[in-house]
Amino acid sequence: MPDPIRIRAQLKDGITEVHVLMPHPMETGMRQDDAGQFVAAHFITDVQVRIAGREVLSATLGRGVSADPLLHFRLKGAAAGERISVAWVDSRGERRSDESVILAA
Amino acid sequence: MQSRREAMQWLGALLFGCGLATSERAQAASGAEAAFAAGTLARVLEALGATPTADATHLTMTVPGFVENGAIVPVEVASHLDGPQSIYIISESNPYPLIAHMSFPDGTEPFIATRIKVAQSCNLYAVVNAGGQVYTAVAPTRVSVGGCGA
Repeated sequence: MPDPIRIRAQLKDGITEVHVLMPHPMETGMRQDDAGQFVAAHFITDVQVRIAGREVLSATLGRGVSADPLLHFRLKGAAAGERISVAWVDSRGERRSDESVILAA
Repeated sequence: MQSRREAMQWLGALLFGCGLATSERAQAASGAEAAFAAGTLARVLEALGATPTADATHLTMTVPGFVENGAIVPVEVASHLDGPQSIYIISESNPYPLIAHMSFPDGTEPFIATRIKVAQSCNLYAVVNAGGQVYTAVAPTRVSVGGCGA
């Protein structure tokens, strides 16, 4: 099971700054291990971020996103205390979702 | 003989028509999917309906001019357009140039900061699709160690 998604959402002056870090190897399929064998591709393909059930960002990732993908974005219209959830699916069909709460800065 | 030739022409036209119809449908169904599978910058831009002409007034792309490690290249894209839209991030030298696609509903600012792998020094592209209009930004970066074996 991959490590939990780290989510930080801070509301300041009406704008919520969101930082999401998803621990994942993001293998491209082109990396060789110490024995010279190619490591099979394994990367996050879809990410959905929701606040109080409504979608605020959806992303499709390719293998070119760095290991442990980081997404930083901003949004309006959210309130402190609302729940923010992040869910991802990877190329093997594995899933993970985690939740956090919007904090007032 | 005449009727056979006619028959062949008719058959040819029929096959041609079918081929055209299916390829059009396939294109419409999988524009973004095709772009992710595309192996060259030109193919990606074609799949997204974008041109490589830079446009600095509608969007800005911020990348470091020089990075040591191509496996972690910070990229920021900000669009100055209103309404729901999507942003695509592309690295010209990567074996799969389309790196990520984000879609922003109303209320979310069309801004994204992330980290990508870059195979070798090249141009990075950002494509924004807002209300059917497509805009492109270009920013060059130099990497000393490529990020593909990482």
